[in-house]
Amino acid sequence: MKKTHTIDFSSDWNLAPAPENTTHFKLKESYDLFINGKFVAPKSGKYFDTINPATEKVLAKVAEANEADIDSAVKAARKAYDTTWSKLSGKERGKYIYRIARIIQERAREFAVVETLNGGKAIRESRDVDIPLAAAHFFYYAGWADKLEYAFPNRKLKALGVAGQIIPWNFPLLMAAWKIAPALAAGNTVVIKSSETTPLTLYLLAEVIQEAGLPAGVVNIVSGAGLTGSHIVNHPDVNKIAFTGSTAVGKIIMKAIAGTSKKSTMELGGKAANIIFEDAALDQAVEGIVNGIFFNQGHVCCAGSRLYVQESVFDVVVQKLKDRMNSLNVGDPLDKNTDIGAINSKKQLETINKYIEIGKQEGAEMYQPTCDLPSKGFWCRPTLFTKVSQSNRISQEEIFGPVLAIQTFRTVDEVIEKANNTPYGLSAGVWTDKGSKIFNMTSQLRAGVVWANTFNKFDPASPFGGYKESGFGREGGLHGLEPYLKFE
Amino acid sequence: MSRIEVLKTYKIYIGGSFPRTESGRYYPLIVNKKTVANMCWSSVKDFRNAVVAARSAQGGWSHKTAYNRCQILYRIAEVLEGRKAQFVEELELQGITKSKAQQEVDLSIDRLIYYAGWCDKYTQLFSTVNPVSGSFFNFSVPEPTGVVSVFAPQQSGLLGFVTQIASIISGGNTCVILASEQLALCAVTFGEVLATSDVPGGVVNILTGNQTELVTQFAAHKDVNAILYCGKDSEMIAKIQDLAIENLKRVILREDSDYFDDKHESPYLIFDFQEIKTTWHPIEVIAGAGAGY
Repeated sequence: MKKTHTIDFSSDWNLAPAPENTTHFKLKESYDLFINGKFVAPKSGKYFDTINPATEKVLAKVAEANEADIDSAVKAARKAYDTTWSKLSGKERGKYIYRIARIIQERAREFAVVETLNGGKAIRESRDVDIPLAAAHFFYYAGWADKLEYAFPNRKLKALGVAGQIIPWNFPLLMAAWKIAPALAAGNTVVIKSSETTPLTLYLLAEVIQEAGLPAGVVNIVSGAGLTGSHIVNHPDVNKIAFTGSTAVGKIIMKAIAGTSKKSTMELGGKAANIIFEDAALDQAVEGIVNGIFFNQGHVCCAGSRLYVQESVFDVVVQKLKDRMNSLNVGDPLDKNTDIGAINSKKQLETINKYIEIGKQEGAEMYQPTCDLPSKGFWCRPTLFTKVSQSNRISQEEIFGPVLAIQTFRTVDEVIEKANNTPYGLSAGVWTDKGSKIFNMTSQLRAGVVWANTFNKFDPASPFGGYKESGFGREGGLHGLEPYLKFE
Repeated sequence: MSRIEVLKTYKIYIGGSFPRTESGRYYPLIVNKKTVANMCWSSVKDFRNAVVAARSAQGGWSHKTAYNRCQILYRIAEVLEGRKAQFVEELELQGITKSKAQQEVDLSIDRLIYYAGWCDKYTQLFSTVNPVSGSFFNFSVPEPTGVVSVFAPQQSGLLGFVTQIASIISGGNTCVILASEQLALCAVTFGEVLATSDVPGGVVNILTGNQTELVTQFAAHKDVNAILYCGKDSEMIAKIQDLAIENLKRVILREDSDYFDDKHESPYLIFDFQEIKTTWHPIEVIAGAGAGY
């Protein structure tokens, strides 16, 4: 008889608290809009509270931009484009962008802690992923500013003008970097809106931009909810809309700009298939599954939320996965040992819980480890569902939380069919030790990013973006320049 | 007694065969107030059938080797060359002077050769190996967007028509194309060229009819991945952009312009119908192996 080993997670795995230091910086009581190089009080006269989702405590007040505020921001961006930014050489533009990268690196820990306080993500992730990648993005695109003609041989190119950018709450600074860095490198000026729940690191970035001495108006930073975003989208003097967020909102934006000359890029939702073959290195695959769906509490558009396990290894994979889930630390995001932090907002937690209910009602079988959750704040245990069918809503719709829907498959053809059977096409994962199978899978999967024997990796040099209803246009790499240029 | 000429019935081209429109309708193609042919007035149902054919052909066409696609596009040019006289005649019938017609047919052939040459080359232009900061092999390659619906240029019945098709199918896409309403003869005859050029049925599907009637389905059909509109009717463009949102169809707009111009020869026109796929794979790191083999 096979001997089974069980690890007693409850007794041996209690780690001493290891909280990150928060005394090396001080948040302001309130943050004004950053327009034309200055922090200005909003014409709206309104401020909203931004909270720490792990404690529900208010961190600061943040200005809410109305139509008049957006108009000032766009005017500032237009003026900066006309009078300074478009007249600078690529070399000089690049040097400004390099400065931004360097200052973010210098202030990296402050950025990481604020990102964690405001967004609820584990400090391990903001410190090791979000902030270094954001700095790297600016550094990467800075170098493109004076080399654009090498990216598009035999083409005459020109900046678009004023780019309006709207970013989500899951990777606030990183998404800002993804948007601002290529826009500036290509010679555009920017009006960017933070998400309504995670504005703080954007205002730290505003300080960095001031410190870097960028000409006034080249980057303008505002906050607010969807209405504020709509003022950017509808402003007649904006040349381009870059949006990252849900497919539903992306479509609303597309409707608003249909028939105008505004260019757009859309980085929208996903429902990635993560496919485990029987010949995969299963322990590594389990790590990949965990990283795929529980990274950033599952608040990731490219999260591996649909798991397909080859039937022959289903039992062993699910058991390993459950064991691994038991060893995940859920709790204080500032603790360096935390794997899963707080859910970003009450609203998002309600959405996730709604889907967990739907999953149960549809007859799928739920599993959650029995970890303790803090009494205050928004929390969700890592969750998996087995006995899921392809038509279940939890395997069709984007949940944007730590919820994994598991199905099985027998043949390669079957899993390709199942994986591609979704309107989304942002990312996919495949795990196998067989090279020819990898290349077959990676070429058949209709998705913009395919991870083979890894998952959720990002890099400024690596183009990211979707097929089908996951959007269009790429961010990152040489291909990420194209959305910010026009060609003759 | 002089021989009675056999008149040609101009039909549509779907899935490699030449049906009449299922609607049974026709419209007269009029040149200088004279009807020169009765064209199929294609219906929404014809379009849907054509999309089914284009979708069925898509996998096979995109998985052909690039070299094979090159040869098939080259073969189209060869077959067109052999039927030059017929196309010149049809262009003349549509009111174009003989010398201009000859130039248009010649350039249509040359343009097919031009795009034939790109089939196994554009991938190298638009691909990158990305130097990511980690032990990964990471590369990006273009892949065909899929099924494309096309409103062909109204002013250029052959050259414009051929140019747009070439830029789409050279990149592994399949298409359903609505020919110029009043310059439709060559489009249908070009279907006959395709049918005898080793182009698999369904890769190119050709309809004749009216843009305004079909725009809703061309732009909104959920199994179409991209739409190309050649023209500058701003109302039409707004409608296409609006309807295409439903399934986030890629909208490509090209102004109808002088198709004799070299600007219609560019790999970037192929790139309009490509998606970029980025693939990651770890590279093993063996600690202690040291640098440099």
